[in-house]
Amino acid sequence: MKARIFVTLKPGVLDPQGKAIHHALAGLGFAGVNDVRAGKLIELDLADGTSDADIEAMCTKLLANTVIENFRIERQP
Amino acid sequence: MNSAVIVFPGSNCDRDLAVAIAQVTGRAPAMVWHGDTELPAGTGLIALPGGFSYGDYLRCGAISARSPIIRAVVDAAARGVPVLGVCNGFQILTEAGLLPGALMRNAGLNFVCRDVRLTVENAQSAFTSRYGAGEEIVIPVAHHDGNYAADDATLDRLEGDGRIAFRYAEPVNGSARGIAGILNAEGNVLGMMPHPERKVEAAHGGTDGRRLFEGLLETVGA
Repeated sequence: MKARIFVTLKPGVLDPQGKAIHHALAGLGFAGVNDVRAGKLIELDLADGTSDADIEAMCTKLLANTVIENFRIERQP
Repeated sequence: MNSAVIVFPGSNCDRDLAVAIAQVTGRAPAMVWHGDTELPAGTGLIALPGGFSYGDYLRCGAISARSPIIRAVVDAAARGVPVLGVCNGFQILTEAGLLPGALMRNAGLNFVCRDVRLTVENAQSAFTSRYGAGEEIVIPVAHHDGNYAADDATLDRLEGDGRIAFRYAEPVNGSARGIAGILNAEGNVLGMMPHPERKVEAAHGGTDGRRLFEGLLETVGA
């Protein structure tokens, strides 16, 4: 089974990379982009039967820094 | 004073730190590999060097903070052993939970590598006793991720408890409240982005970093 982990900056945490992407999009002439936030996608290939609790623990112990980041787990069959 | 410098894959200031410590204390520190599980007996100071451990993969300091030796560092810190983290060492200390907050990409997105002016905010810690409160010193920075971030409650607590050791006296990286270095609640763990080991002898163009090591020697004892 696979799981995808989406790691994003918490709302309110300044995102310099998102700002730079925003700036570059504006430079390419794309108007109407209100804001850009950059995050990470981590794909895990897991042994069948890996529990939700284990995946959650992987996120809180390593994959996300919960001081500044949120994470969302998407299990795939 | 017996000291230890922790060496991670990708550390690049470990030898600079060792030279600075040896010059001031008169004893070369033990160079301890991150994969070790124990510190040498009688270690009175632990230093985590700058660099790009694990290539800053995932987040700067994230992988190193889960290294085997970190458990020994956390135990020693709990016993009151002084722990100094410089640059990547500071990032590792926050990722390991020994210091609050996180270090994010510089607000200007540029790698900043130059001398910066710092204000000594707390001159009473084990690390800063040789400085004057409010004194301005010059120490170089060299980082891409030195933009300190924490929630307002944490920042208020750091300010209220005198745990901000150094503040930038000029714009550098967008760091919250100009934070350049912070202490843990007990005062025996210091993380700072500027590199004191790069200002210890006249040939470095200044010696403002030397007093940090001298203060430590005085606190810890020979």
